[in-house]
Amino acid sequence: MTDISGFRTSLADRHGAEFAVRMRQARVAVAGLGGLGSNIAIMLVRMGVERLHLIDYDRVELSNLNRQQYAFGDIGRYKAEVLQEQLLGINPYAAIKTDCLRLNADNMAEVFAEDDIICEALDAAECKALLVDTLMTKYTDKKVVAASGMAGLGSANEIVTRKLNGRLYICGDGRSDCADMPLTAARAAVCAGHQAQTVCRLILGLE
Amino acid sequence: MLVIVNGEKVFLSAQLSIAEFLQQQDYRTERIVTELNGRIVSRESYGGILLKDGDKLEIVSFVGGG
Repeated sequence: MTDISGFRTSLADRHGAEFAVRMRQARVAVAGLGGLGSNIAIMLVRMGVERLHLIDYDRVELSNLNRQQYAFGDIGRYKAEVLQEQLLGINPYAAIKTDCLRLNADNMAEVFAEDDIICEALDAAECKALLVDTLMTKYTDKKVVAASGMAGLGSANEIVTRKLNGRLYICGDGRSDCADMPLTAARAAVCAGHQAQTVCRLILGLE
Repeated sequence: MLVIVNGEKVFLSAQLSIAEFLQQQDYRTERIVTELNGRIVSRESYGGILLKDGDKLEIVSFVGGG
């Protein structure tokens, strides 16, 4: 049985010691655990993030299985709890905090008080805008990696990461709305990959 | 008065608040985040900030999907 030092040594061998230390000290939140958030969380833990905060009020439904990292047997369970189990399956030494709650204007700022970097991975455009507005104006130090436009059958190459200012990044094609077109597993995962890589670069001081 | 909105020059004939400008341009304020001269401005303050000559406004419109 590999202990925590073995796990960390293995990651440091792969990524380098400095990379590994920085990743495990970061405090990252993922708001929304759908096609974006479930993928982002798994990527971050694989990259060595150990302190992760998962927020989603919702339970797994059959209609989620086309793109989200859940299985048939998870239907009816809270996404945050299912994902927490999966992440601990990848790294049993990770500290995964879960909040099964619905974000709103009253609780939004407080929920993320302990987090340094927040991934906005919500579904509705209004919720996305409210979360980004709240985090960017109620705090002066938090970094936000948001997403807008990952639906449709357009080329994955249209998805980009845009740096808006030193604390806000927006990933996506900026226009493809899920209300008008299908949301595919591949395009959602590409956008999730942009977000996870941006988080990684922020943690490593490369942005 | 000249302001730069999303990288494009926009001439304003009268002084407008951010709220008035967004309304004039038909933005759905509940779906956007606005940056003025490099700082995100809270949507609660849109009505109280008057645009000045040379201001740079970035308006990010969110679409659904996650």
